Amino acid sequence: MRDFWRALTRGSGWLGLAGLLLIVVLVLLAAFGPLLDLPDPTRTNLRARMVAPTLSWAGLGAHPLGTDQLGRDILSRIVAGSRVTLMVAGAAVVLGGILGTLLGLASGYFGGLLDRLLMRLVDIQLAIPLMLLALMVVAALGPSLHNLIGVLALVSWVRYARIVRGQVLAVREREFVQSARAIGASAPRILLVHILPNVLTPAVVVATLELARVIVLEAGLSFLGLGVQPPAPSWGRMLAEGRTYISSAWWIITFPGLALMLTVLSVNLLGDWLRDYLDPRLKVR
Amino acid sequence: MARYLLGRLFDGLVAILGVVTIVFVISRLLGDPTVLLLPVGATEAQMAELRAGLGLDRPLWEQYLTFLAGAAQGNFGDSFQFMRPALDVVLERMPATMALAFSALGFGLVFGAVAGSLAALFRGTVVEAAVMVLALLGQATPVFWLGLLLILLFAVELGLLPTGGYDSPASLILPALTLGTFTTASIARLLRSGMLDVLRDDHVRTARAKGLKPATVFLWHVARNSLIPVVTMTGILAGELLGGSVVTETVFSWPGVGRVIVQAMEAKDFPVVQAGVMVIATTFVVINLFVDLLYGILDPRIRRRG
Repeated sequence: MRDFWRALTRGSGWLGLAGLLLIVVLVLLAAFGPLLDLPDPTRTNLRARMVAPTLSWAGLGAHPLGTDQLGRDILSRIVAGSRVTLMVAGAAVVLGGILGTLLGLASGYFGGLLDRLLMRLVDIQLAIPLMLLALMVVAALGPSLHNLIGVLALVSWVRYARIVRGQVLAVREREFVQSARAIGASAPRILLVHILPNVLTPAVVVATLELARVIVLEAGLSFLGLGVQPPAPSWGRMLAEGRTYISSAWWIITFPGLALMLTVLSVNLLGDWLRDYLDPRLKVR
Repeated sequence: MARYLLGRLFDGLVAILGVVTIVFVISRLLGDPTVLLLPVGATEAQMAELRAGLGLDRPLWEQYLTFLAGAAQGNFGDSFQFMRPALDVVLERMPATMALAFSALGFGLVFGAVAGSLAALFRGTVVEAAVMVLALLGQATPVFWLGLLLILLFAVELGLLPTGGYDSPASLILPALTLGTFTTASIARLLRSGMLDVLRDDHVRTARAKGLKPATVFLWHVARNSLIPVVTMTGILAGELLGGSVVTETVFSWPGVGRVIVQAMEAKDFPVVQAGVMVIATTFVVINLFVDLLYGILDPRIRRRG
């Protein structure tokens, strides 16, 4: 842990540190957002429609980041939206990671037909653009929070499976695995106790990089109206709604996008640093 | 080399077959299109007749086989919306998507190559820091937000360029800039780290030691050897861009393949969805074959492995 901290604060590690700090702020904001004294993010107020941002050197004002076309406070909607974004993306990355890691373990360890079938499936899925695949599945199953998480997990398992499989192939014939096999350990035991710890590092790195992609994908789906459904606030949806009023109210599209960019940036920074720190070999795509 | 390429070709065909199967299954899950196609108040008999006419009353496996046989000949049936061959509906949109994809890719390659080389050559200076910060920001900016910001600046505030559409060459600029930014950022980062690795290599030191001009060393010994990851990345990006960037096309009302597929999905127009995804998957596979060929040209070791 001390090494980890030292690596974060030295050299170009400050970028990773900045990313980590931003993420911590975001998570805290999402977790304790409801405790802040902010207006209700879903309450409309037609008398205060499209109020320009009141944020200035003098203070916050009534609506620091302005209000949208229905008079809802944009700052509260961004804070509430961060809960949805982080929850959906986090759940999708964890689910996709578990699925991909398990399939990658099985594929690499057992080999043979299972391996060939799974890797074919990976090739097939990679030949369909992510956004299109996600769109088709959401359109078929109907947009709901659960379906959204499921779809995002489904489109991200591939990368875990590939990297974990490669890692398993590298350790499968090592002595500690062979001796476990020789003393009669079962395949699940070997996989979970002896091989899994050796593949966790790359899986964690993939998870961070994947988190950024999933966040953007979720925002894109919500932008097209197939992601998070109203009245739940979501950054992608706010952008889609603000698009109509772009010529009269610049703030409606500016701030949710800024929140999205900062989130992706911080996750990318942490992910890049984590990759270089834990496993520089993963750099080659 | 020939055998290597044949193998890759076979893999590609299998992948396309898989894509077709997945798309068939999903589009059948999308629901019954007859409700949307007939006017409100159509009788049950009319609906049954239309369903029979479209072949939707057959067992699923029969529909699948008919579909496969048709797909092999480029026949995906008629679009439910436009009542003409679905493949035509998709291919008509290809020029728009290709114009956008190639301008974005061209923009990204030129600026990415320049920025990446500068960052590598001026390592540890302000130049490198500036390129890296811009590249990090470029990679983190969601394309649809960037698109909206560009519209806000160049169309709404300055009134220089159209907000969208497909009427004049000017309407290509903003969407190409939007998509090209991400491409530039990816290429710049990749080229920089590739070049920094190569600069440390022995053969570069040798080239310098034997008195070659810095420009020669850079072009022949550094740039050429850091191209392989860039080629891979360009292939991936080209596949994604030619697959129609659904969101960017929506932001700019650009009549490309991605948009026509999304519209077809909303209208439950199965034939167009199937033809569209099929075209995209094929493009993707073909691009990957090209990338494999290029590897062989750039790295003779791969050529000989056969």
